[in-house]
Amino acid sequence: MKNAILKKEKLDDFIKIMSKDEKVIAPVLKGNQSYTFTEVKSADEISLKYLPTILPPKKYFMPQHETLIEYDKRNGQKVHCVVEVEDLVIFGVHTCDLAGIQCLNMIFADRPKDMNYLIRKNRITLIGLECNSYCDEFASCALMGNHIPKGGYDLLFTDLGNYFFVEINTRKGEELIEKTNLFENADSNHQEELNKLRKLKESIFKPEVDIDKNEIPSLFKKKFESKIWEDIGERCLSCGNCTNVCPTCYCFDVLDIPDLNLKTGKRVRVWDSCQNEPFAKISGGESFREKRGDRKRHRFNRKFRYPVERYGKFFCTGCGRCSRTCMAKIDLKETIRDLIKEGN
Amino acid sequence: MEKIHINNSGYEIVPAKIVSTRKMTEQEKIFELKLVHGLSLDHEPGQFVEVSILGVGEAPISVCSSPTKRDSFEICVRAVKDGRFSNAMHNLDIGDEVGIRGPFGVGFPAAKLEGYDIIMVAGGLGIAPLRSLINYIIDNRREYGKVSLLLGCKDPQSMLFADEIDLWQKRVDINFSCTVDRGAPDWKGNVGLITSLIPNVNIDPERTYAVVVGPPVMYKFVIKELLSKGIPEHQILVSLERHMKCGLGKCGHCQIHNIYCCQDGPVFSYNNIKELKGAI
Repeated sequence: MKNAILKKEKLDDFIKIMSKDEKVIAPVLKGNQSYTFTEVKSADEISLKYLPTILPPKKYFMPQHETLIEYDKRNGQKVHCVVEVEDLVIFGVHTCDLAGIQCLNMIFADRPKDMNYLIRKNRITLIGLECNSYCDEFASCALMGNHIPKGGYDLLFTDLGNYFFVEINTRKGEELIEKTNLFENADSNHQEELNKLRKLKESIFKPEVDIDKNEIPSLFKKKFESKIWEDIGERCLSCGNCTNVCPTCYCFDVLDIPDLNLKTGKRVRVWDSCQNEPFAKISGGESFREKRGDRKRHRFNRKFRYPVERYGKFFCTGCGRCSRTCMAKIDLKETIRDLIKEGN
Repeated sequence: MEKIHINNSGYEIVPAKIVSTRKMTEQEKIFELKLVHGLSLDHEPGQFVEVSILGVGEAPISVCSSPTKRDSFEICVRAVKDGRFSNAMHNLDIGDEVGIRGPFGVGFPAAKLEGYDIIMVAGGLGIAPLRSLINYIIDNRREYGKVSLLLGCKDPQSMLFADEIDLWQKRVDINFSCTVDRGAPDWKGNVGLITSLIPNVNIDPERTYAVVVGPPVMYKFVIKELLSKGIPEHQILVSLERHMKCGLGKCGHCQIHNIYCCQDGPVFSYNNIKELKGAI
């Protein structure tokens, strides 16, 4: 496979050329230590060193609000199934978030397939950006093995000082390089520098919790009745922040929004959260996860156990967003440590 | 933003016309539906459909008619307080249209039950999904061993399918019994919980399948009785109620541990869910 390099001073041209043809999205500083993925026109808007954005790039793959069908009931029950799409290049996606997108891919490609997601996904070009060191203390990417690239990108940028090492992973990525005509071929010295960084990363990134990752699902199974869930439930405010910011939380609600004429309208999909009390409620009134502790336990199991059993994949990427955003300071790593510590 | 039409979306609906309605109690109404263009729903007993009233929304509702009846199907809708969909549904009448997605999920394994004695237990609205199997078995009665049907509901006024129950009761090929939690002056039948009917059923546990459908609170007690009769765990089938919002195993509302009730269920054998805390 061919690799390339891009001198740092050419990044601005790269962004500008791409943004002539399509929307370019990148991490941008929005306030005190808060970053968001948003549209950019030039490189100086972009934060190359950034803490995981408030919302992960999930919002482009599975928008907070999207139309599934347009209806017209003036003459019977007529519907058109639609998907709203636009061509996007998302630049600067960390490897944890790339792993998150791969989790979403798994869910929405699982039969019955979700065409809205799959069609939209193909319109998005992904340019990853490797982390050379930890973003902050909330990350657990090494535990989940997501501090190193594992695919999921068209191009992967690695910052090697005055240039980016660029791994070309797809034909789409290669076309972007040809089109912009700013890249040079990577030679063995560049490759050597990349290898050095990767070696250095091995000493920086260590599993943040002292457990073999493969033991985590059975830990959660064993600890299903643990009092720790009750304690967490006492603290949890049930706000749903953790699910909103999670790169792999994909639960949704489906609602009808009639137009003012009440004859036509849309059926939309919006994000939902298993942390909300009515989430698992049925029309008879029963709620199957009534307590906050039950719901918190459900969420943790949906990251570390259920998807492993069902899809053979962890649904925690180690990005740390849930812990970073939690108003009650419920910390993911601390929770796993507590479960381990509790013993049998 | 560009808008693309998709023709293989999981959210596509097929219009269906209401061809008859029957009000059964103060709360429950039956709708007989016919899909357009003479399409057949082609469901299994115990499966459900997503019924949609455009502008109001969608709700998962089990099909309460047997697939042996091919040109139309029936659903039973209970109007609940503050239930936007169920109340809108009750306002519909003959000739009105709704949208249908499905059928969804794993229903009762009617073919696998052939050659076995069947004991069916329904509480409250549970009779609705179970009726698809009851009538399927009646239509294929020869294939099954002894068939028992135990029904329970709150009081005589809330009895569903009362006219049909009269017919089932009269059949010699069905052991029928019924109980109500609270009697009424003119009620001559049993009064008591549905569990009280089970000890009186004479069964050969090894060759019996039990099928249980009812409100969540009922399962634990009924299953305990069935197990004490010696019916093996894998021969006890339950249909679990959850909010199947999308029906496609995605939205998360109906999830029980690692299971999506809408795709993996709603019918489960007891041995597959007994370890899942909160499932029943």
